[in-house]
Amino acid sequence: MTLGTDSMNSDTILKVEHLSMKFGGLMAINDFSFEARRGDITALIGPNGAGKTTVFNCITGFYKPTMGMITLQQKDGTCHLLERLRDFEITKVAKVSRTFQNIRLFSGLTVLENLLVAQHNALMKASGYTILGLLGLPAYRKASQAAIDKAKYWLDKAELTERADDPAGDLPYGAQRRLEIARAMCTEPELLCLDEPAAGLNPRESAALNTLLHSIRDEGVSILLIEHDMSVVMEISDHVVVLEYGQKISDGTPDHVKNDPKVIAAYLGVEDDEVDEIEEKLDEGRI
Amino acid sequence: MSQGTNSEKTSVMGQAFKEALFAGAMAFGLFILYVGIETYQNINNQLVWRTRWELLAIFVAVAAVSRFIVVAFVMPHLDKRKLAKAKAGVPDISEDKGFFHRHFLKIALVALVVYPIASVMLAGTQGSLKYVDNFGIQILIYVMLAWGLNIVVGLAGLLDLGYVAFYAVGAYSYALLSEHFGFSFWVLLPLAGILAAFWGVILGFPVLRLRGDYLAIVTLAFGEIIRLVLINWTDVTKGTFGISGIPKASFFGIWSFDVGATNNFTKAWGLPMSSAYYKIFLFYLILALCLLTAYVTIKLRRMPIGRAWEALREDEIACRSLGIDTVTTKLTAFAIGAMFGGFAGAFFATRQGFVSPESFVFLESAVILAIVVLGGMGSLTGIAIAAVVMVGGTELLREMEFLKHIFGPDFTPELYRMLLFGLAMITVMIFKPRGFVGSREPTAFLKERKAVSGSFTKEGHG
Repeated sequence: MTLGTDSMNSDTILKVEHLSMKFGGLMAINDFSFEARRGDITALIGPNGAGKTTVFNCITGFYKPTMGMITLQQKDGTCHLLERLRDFEITKVAKVSRTFQNIRLFSGLTVLENLLVAQHNALMKASGYTILGLLGLPAYRKASQAAIDKAKYWLDKAELTERADDPAGDLPYGAQRRLEIARAMCTEPELLCLDEPAAGLNPRESAALNTLLHSIRDEGVSILLIEHDMSVVMEISDHVVVLEYGQKISDGTPDHVKNDPKVIAAYLGVEDDEVDEIEEKLDEGRI
Repeated sequence: MSQGTNSEKTSVMGQAFKEALFAGAMAFGLFILYVGIETYQNINNQLVWRTRWELLAIFVAVAAVSRFIVVAFVMPHLDKRKLAKAKAGVPDISEDKGFFHRHFLKIALVALVVYPIASVMLAGTQGSLKYVDNFGIQILIYVMLAWGLNIVVGLAGLLDLGYVAFYAVGAYSYALLSEHFGFSFWVLLPLAGILAAFWGVILGFPVLRLRGDYLAIVTLAFGEIIRLVLINWTDVTKGTFGISGIPKASFFGIWSFDVGATNNFTKAWGLPMSSAYYKIFLFYLILALCLLTAYVTIKLRRMPIGRAWEALREDEIACRSLGIDTVTTKLTAFAIGAMFGGFAGAFFATRQGFVSPESFVFLESAVILAIVVLGGMGSLTGIAIAAVVMVGGTELLREMEFLKHIFGPDFTPELYRMLLFGLAMITVMIFKPRGFVGSREPTAFLKERKAVSGSFTKEGHG
């Protein structure tokens, strides 16, 4: 699974090449390629049904792509082909973590427990796959204290320390979003994939989310996010990829994308008599 | 003011009267065919009918009068109490629990340790047999089985309707291996557990992809397959005749409980011959096994594997997104749950001295699952209480000889066991839909340990 690094630029973290996903007769994604750079916040945008979440599910292993290659390059240069890993291995081995469009917390566990479950693999190793832990060895006790400290660190960042001992299902919506991100961060990812993190948030919660995302990026974790809300995207992302009907229509800095006529057409639609004009423009352009 | 309360009172009475009439009419409609009319065969073998209006009148009167009492007196009284409480400003859940509440577990443990000694002192050596064996051991076997199933159903959220299969595997492992190889109880107890765990994994593999109803049906089938194999593989299991003459457990190999043995326990201690000592020994043995089950469950819940089980119950997809291998997590839950079933099975075989497939029917699985659900999934205390109520209640029915004076000499109260079970389940589910103890104890905390209300926890999807 380890490839030579010569095929990839060293500051690339994720490279998606010729990705296609077919559901029966429906081509949800058609020959989609893009690169995400290390340390960037890369946004994947597009109108409803464009295939953004499908791309996410392919990257995080919840779908097996029909065609294409997804390469993840870690800090030390090791490369993993994500389409060959099983879903839980992508988090465990390749260090890619994700959140969901409809929040998936362990609602019956407390906020703290949610963050401890996320450290399962590290704790499992420390407890000697349960056997040494059952004997109550000090090494495991130390490890579980370290796990609680790490959970505390992320609780602070997500402004949830006050609610640490409450059930996760009892939190308000915005706090649940932040908890889901904190939980994903507890798996120590190199790439964090967020599926519409700002959906349903009020302006104040949205601002709190932006600070959290910036502080995550400052820790050296790259972020790939799907977002609907253009203002959020333009404000926080370094690089934007636009998807429509399963195909890439634009790729670049937020300013570049904002002024791309194809993007404007995809989002706002065009008058009938303008269609020819725009198509002409496009033919002259890149495609 | 007084006039106001007076008119309020008459309106309550009027309401009560109305509802009583309605309840009476309902009862009349419901019972007229079942109670009011009776069919029987006369001497010429003809089917004829007669009426029982007096009995019907009693049924209707009971319904009407009790509804009247509830509406006119009980409900206003409860309302008044609630109002007074609300006015006093005392929260419904009082923080300072009583002495009994706080030390419930310690008290229960001491009571269990003292129980056989007390029953010997109160009922005599021979009289204590009934209390130690029928009540004590019987209830504790079910406590252990329910705690074992709790790992699969309550923690991991995998609905298993064939748990009795592992109980059977444990019992037959002990019976067959001791018969053919002459191993002692203390060698075979762990072996029975390991074999049952092995079968737990065997069952786990094919059903890993199934969830909810599908999982329940396949586990149900697995339980039946094991039973049918036991019935039909007559060369090995002796079929429906069962295996008898299973050796007794020894006191860690030091003293034997066999009558002919030279190191017999009663002889060694110079006690009068009685089987009561063996039963008391068995009581402490199953108590120790129960405590082992509880200890392991409590320990495991605080380990990553236990947290992964509970997370699996809450949301399987989120588990996988956090890098948890759900396959091994499910398999360990099946294996460890089955292992405790196997221990209980080996104990059952040595206690009965006889095993046959009839002890491992589906009804047993259903009873164990009912105990887990009634007690509150995941709560050890709740499950133990449910086992005492359910199994103890069944045993109590056998004791109710006086009912024969009321219902006639043909009346056998233990036949109404399932009626009692059903009634208890309906009652508990109405008042405590999450079981006796519906809340869950968090496994870690920063400032204070707050119980998680049952309304947040999920039951699992299989």
